[in-house]
Order: sequence, then C-alpha cells, then structure tokens
Amino acid sequence: MQKYSIFNLIKNAFSNHQNWDLAWKDPTPKKEYDVVIIGGGGHGLATAYYLAKEHNITNVAIIEKGWIGGGNAGRNTTIIRSNYMYDDNALFSEFGMDLWRKMSQDLNYNVMFSPRGIINLAHSDAQINIFTRRGNSMRLNGIDAVLLSREEVKEIIPMADFSDNVRFPIFGGLMQPSAGTARHDAVVWGYARQADSMGVDIIQNCEVTGFDVSGGKINGVRTSRGDIKVKKIGLCVAGSTNILAEKLNMTIPVETHLLQACVSEPVKPVLDRVVTFGAGHFYISQSDKGEMVMGGDLDGYNSYAQRGNLPTLQHVLTEGIAMMPFLSKLKMLRTWGGIMDMSMDGSPIIDKTHIEGLYLNCGWCYGGFKATPASGWTFAHTIAQDRVHKLNAGYSLNRFNTGHLLDEKGLGTKTWIS
Amino acid sequence: MLHIRCPHCGMRSQNEFAYGGDASVKRPELNKEISDLEWDNFVYLRKSLRGKHLELWQHISGCRQWFKVQRDTSTHEIFKTIKANEDI
Repeated sequence: MQKYSIFNLIKNAFSNHQNWDLAWKDPTPKKEYDVVIIGGGGHGLATAYYLAKEHNITNVAIIEKGWIGGGNAGRNTTIIRSNYMYDDNALFSEFGMDLWRKMSQDLNYNVMFSPRGIINLAHSDAQINIFTRRGNSMRLNGIDAVLLSREEVKEIIPMADFSDNVRFPIFGGLMQPSAGTARHDAVVWGYARQADSMGVDIIQNCEVTGFDVSGGKINGVRTSRGDIKVKKIGLCVAGSTNILAEKLNMTIPVETHLLQACVSEPVKPVLDRVVTFGAGHFYISQSDKGEMVMGGDLDGYNSYAQRGNLPTLQHVLTEGIAMMPFLSKLKMLRTWGGIMDMSMDGSPIIDKTHIEGLYLNCGWCYGGFKATPASGWTFAHTIAQDRVHKLNAGYSLNRFNTGHLLDEKGLGTKTWIS
Repeated sequence: MLHIRCPHCGMRSQNEFAYGGDASVKRPELNKEISDLEWDNFVYLRKSLRGKHLELWQHISGCRQWFKVQRDTSTHEIFKTIKANEDI
C-alpha cells in the first residue's frame, strides 16, 4: 500500500496523479473465511481493521449489500463526544475519544478530527442541577467537563438568543471541550483502505440471503454472490438488524426508526462549537464548507424508508430558530434520513449470542458515529477472543432479562419519544 | 406528510396523531402463571417488521381515541385503519 504523504503527493504530481493505487480492491468472495462481518459501515470496517491489527486475524470478509459507508456512516451529523453519566457508557466512549485523537496517524488518512467542544444548553435551574451531576460524574471518570454560566455561554456563542422575552431562556450549559466532529466519509475510507491492505476482503453489492446454522453453531452464510463457509459471523447492520435476525429466528430488543438531518446553504464561519438545545431535541454544528449541520427528533414511527416527512423537520428547525434566531434567514440545502436501531434502553448491544459463532453489534440509536472506533475495537476483541472485553461488558444482550439496563436518558422502551 | 384516516373522524394529517407502537404486542394474560422471561419478552422484544406493520396511533388533537393502523414501514403507505377493539 502506498503511504499518503507529502513526498508521495509530490512524486505522483509528476505523473498527473494517474498512478495512485486503488484505495481498496474489489475481490470476488472466497469459499471460506475465518470471520465474516456483515455490514460495511463504519463499525463493520473498524471491526475488520482491529481484527487484523490487534488480533492478527486477516482471513476476513466484509459483506455489504450496497456500498461501504452508504448507510448511517454517510448520513450522520459527525458529532463525537463522551459526555455520559453512567460508567459503562462513559468509559467506553472515552476509550473511543482516545482512538479518535490518534485516528488520522493510525490510519494514515486525514479524518479531519476537530475537537471543537460540545455545549449542552440548560434552560432551567433544574437542568443546571442535572448537568452539574452529569459533569461531576464525567470528571470522576476522567472526562473533561465544564459547567458554564449564562455569561460564559454568551461569550462562546453570542449568536444564540439571549434576549429577555424568550420561552426557553439560556441558564447556562455543560461543555465537553474535547468533544468535536470528524469527516464521516474519511473514517469509512480510512478504515477500508487499511483493512484491505492487511488482507481483508471488502465485498460490496452482496446481500445476505440466509445463514447456515446447525447444532446451535454457525457454519456459513448464504449471499447473493454464493455461499461462504465460516465459523464466526459479526452482525453489524444497525437499522437492518431485525431483518437479518428474523432469518436466524431471533427477536432483538431493537426497533428500527427514522431520523432526519439537514444542512443549510454554506455561510461564513459563525459557529465554532457543537451546540445542543436543552428544551427539546436539536443539535447544530458548522461544517468546514460552511454549511450549518442540524438534526433532532426521530420521525416517531417504525420505518425502513431512509427518507422522512416534513412535519418532523419543521418541528426540529423551530427548536433551532428558538435557540439561534439567525437560522431563519438561511436556505435549506439538503435533507436526508437514515434508519436507526433504537434499543429498548437507549444503549447499544455488543455481545455473543445463543448461537455459537454469531456475534451481535447493534442498538446504537442515534449515537453510532462517535462510537465507530471503540465499537470496532471491542467487537473485534469479542469475536477474536470469544468473550466480551470489560469495556463492552455492560452492553450485554441479556441485560434486558437481568435488569441491568443502561437507561442513560430514562426514556424506557418508548424509543420514538425523543 | 402522512395522511391517516381516523376510524372516528375521517382523513386527517399526521400532525394530529401520536404514535403508540407495535399493536401486535400482547400483554400476558392475567390470572395465569407468568415466567419472568415471558414478562421480559413482552416488555422488550420487538419484531420491527419491514413491510406491513400493525400499529397503534392516538388521535391526540382530535377525538383522542386509540386505533390501529396497518402501514408499510418501507414505503409509508397506509392500507387500513380500524378501531382499537377490531382485528384485521
């Protein structure tokens, strides 16, 4: 594999950049692999990369129905954070933050990680109390958290509405300065390129049609491009988890829902942080191109459509305008939708299953992008060692039977209430 | 915008309704021995079908009645709406 560097850039300039290697190959599936990862999104590619890098397992295939990074990895709002209160979520996410900081060097691919900080706005005394508690919990787990007063928030984001007669006045906020954003496509391509260079087969346009299970063990997977013999399968398909689970006669505590996001026309730099509205569900950042990247509530009903309806978008943008009135002057450039694997307590599942050789990675709700490296790292460990790592021990499948739920938001099983 | 026919009020826009989830989930019978596993499955497991899905909605800004909707989760097409005590 060619290293991406200034010297190679200059060298290739002499041949008009015609002689660069392909970033990854387009192989035909082999008859047998040691591990097959189903789902070529960020999590699946990261899993394959860490299987090869950390566990020296390189006879691996990634099977993707469409193209890599075409699902939620290409549809998110690129926010990276670890501002969680519960230990399991906080330690897992903070481990991920460390991988994010090293990612561009590690992958030899500029993922444009920008630790610009995230501010959660508080709009009442009660919310300040809750944020104080969460901030203290974060600091106990070694995560940076700063409680901001109204004046301090005003200094950082003066464009928010600080006038007197607003419905939801800003009382202050909780900031995680080390949080930020990254370029989502670069994350996918960086992992794909490195995984491919270590011998992983990335097989696109290949749909899984069934599984070969006998005696409670995985023996293979049937695909639209032929049958593959394999002893270990990692299921990493986010919103499509229940479709594949049905082929395995399993029911997973996950519902598939629709989430929309949108970007405005590009404008000059105005917002250098990620900001979330505390009186509703709305988040915003500005991309390097100048577009305001925004998102919020789920559409609120089960859906596999990957496209949403206008009432939800209107509701979300109303919250945005309440928080930052200047947004009402902007034209909308694009809107899109993705399908979320909403778990029944709002936290993910990375675990073994009752079928030997079948490993499950799902339930990311709307927080999957930031978890990409940590999810891949722990899932690779779970698959390679056939046991969970202590970082993902809390993300067990049987917590819904034992009662060890991780209901960080306390929403219960009504995932559409966001 | 979804257009939903409330069995009591007729065709209205999506804004008037609230979603209530999978209508095929059945609470375990009372006065019967029920295992913990059955309760867990009732509370947490969802089929989350792609295609025809029977679900509960409430006409929250109208007659406030609960009713059932049969809708395609991949196209959002609505086939049928019936009263809460009726079956497809």
